[in-house]
Amino acid sequence: MNVNVDNGSLALAFSLVLVSLFISYKQKLHLEHETIIAVARAVIQLIIVGYLLMAIFKVDNWIVTIIMQLFIIFNAAWNGKKRGVGIEHAFGIAWTGLMLSTFVTMGILVVTGVIKMEPFQLIPVTGMVAGNSMTAVGLVYRSLKQQFNDQQAQVFERLALGGNLKQAAGDIFREAIRTGMQPTIDSVKTYGVVSLPGMMSGLIMAGVSPISAIKYQIMVVFMLLSATGISSVWASYLAYRGFFNRNWQLQLPEDKTIN
Amino acid sequence: MDLKVEKLGVSFEQVVFQNLNFDFNAGDWVTIVGKSGTGKSVFLKSLARLMDVTSGQIIFNGQDIQDLAIGTYRQKVSYAVQSASLFGKTVRDNLDFPFIVRDQAIDVQKQQAGLRQMDLPVAYLDHPITELSGGQRQRVGVLRNLLFPPEVLLLDEISTGLDAETKQLIWQVIQTMHQMEGNIVLSVTHDADEMASARDLIEFGTEVKRVKK
Repeated sequence: MNVNVDNGSLALAFSLVLVSLFISYKQKLHLEHETIIAVARAVIQLIIVGYLLMAIFKVDNWIVTIIMQLFIIFNAAWNGKKRGVGIEHAFGIAWTGLMLSTFVTMGILVVTGVIKMEPFQLIPVTGMVAGNSMTAVGLVYRSLKQQFNDQQAQVFERLALGGNLKQAAGDIFREAIRTGMQPTIDSVKTYGVVSLPGMMSGLIMAGVSPISAIKYQIMVVFMLLSATGISSVWASYLAYRGFFNRNWQLQLPEDKTIN
Repeated sequence: MDLKVEKLGVSFEQVVFQNLNFDFNAGDWVTIVGKSGTGKSVFLKSLARLMDVTSGQIIFNGQDIQDLAIGTYRQKVSYAVQSASLFGKTVRDNLDFPFIVRDQAIDVQKQQAGLRQMDLPVAYLDHPITELSGGQRQRVGVLRNLLFPPEVLLLDEISTGLDAETKQLIWQVIQTMHQMEGNIVLSVTHDADEMASARDLIEFGTEVKRVKK
């Protein structure tokens, strides 16, 4: 390992946060408070997870590994749910969607021998898959809410003409799936041209040959496309029904919070 | 065909209406009048099951509508909106929908016949909905309800904001259908002409009563 940031340098690098705080203060963005909390959370969470991972890798026990994976997925689902406030079963849908996308995607990678059943491979990959799936689910939720709100007149007309829920929703859930998957597709397009993805950069900085690093990165691309695809479809199909009550009437989340 | 309303009531924070009892039979054309906010539109929507009632029952051809499949019921008891916003991209998307919900093959000739009746060119099938005028939009909107003549047609102030000519045209099309089918039409209106010519009226106010002339 030829990267090692010593604690002194890291402390000095904190000045970078000050730049962000200064901009926020000067431009009256009122982001100072949030920035400090975000930085503090990131530092504390990463320190804990660093020691935790070290312990888990040392123990190398499959039960511990699975518990850690489940813990990551649970947290991701909890975060994904936040965009879905008011959507019925937002957490349950996010959680099952993340379980599905993570284990299907990783299952394929393990079976094909791309990654090994070792905690030091399984856990980081789980984090990447679940993290991207989480973002996708959040976007799907937001898109559904936005579209049902904007198109309530059209949805109402379709219901009045005797359409079932799927017919009444029209293109809304398809558009939501697209919204969930789009950022991954967009970012993948610029890989290597604009951005050197984090995992690949990390490997190169740690001294791994760029060719090995890109192989891993290509695997990550395949993995993320599959994961965001599965979780977006799952979330969209299950969540759009929650915008209707059992009598096939449109029920927007805003109304639910009032009632 | 008949539609019966028994002790019907709807309340939100306040009572909108309560204890309504009406019997509508084949061939009835009932004009519903009253000030804004008296619950006329809520009444029509609850008949189409687009809103839930707080108390009472709605009986359609002898069956409580709660026991009927919702989609099929709404195809038979068809609610026409005040100002149709239309969905999809083209007129065709809107006129295909009644066929799709009935799981029937799309009959272009029927769609074209409908457009002609509404005095719209048949080429309008592929016309983008964003390029239609308000009057044209409403004609397409109502046509969706009429392609398969419903047993009960619920009209919720469909002529509000339309020019005299369009209004006349839409009424003629609906009246022709009504005479041919002998179905039930319930029409909420603020239109002076329509109110003047009404024979069978329901007045919404502090009291709700049906008046036959």
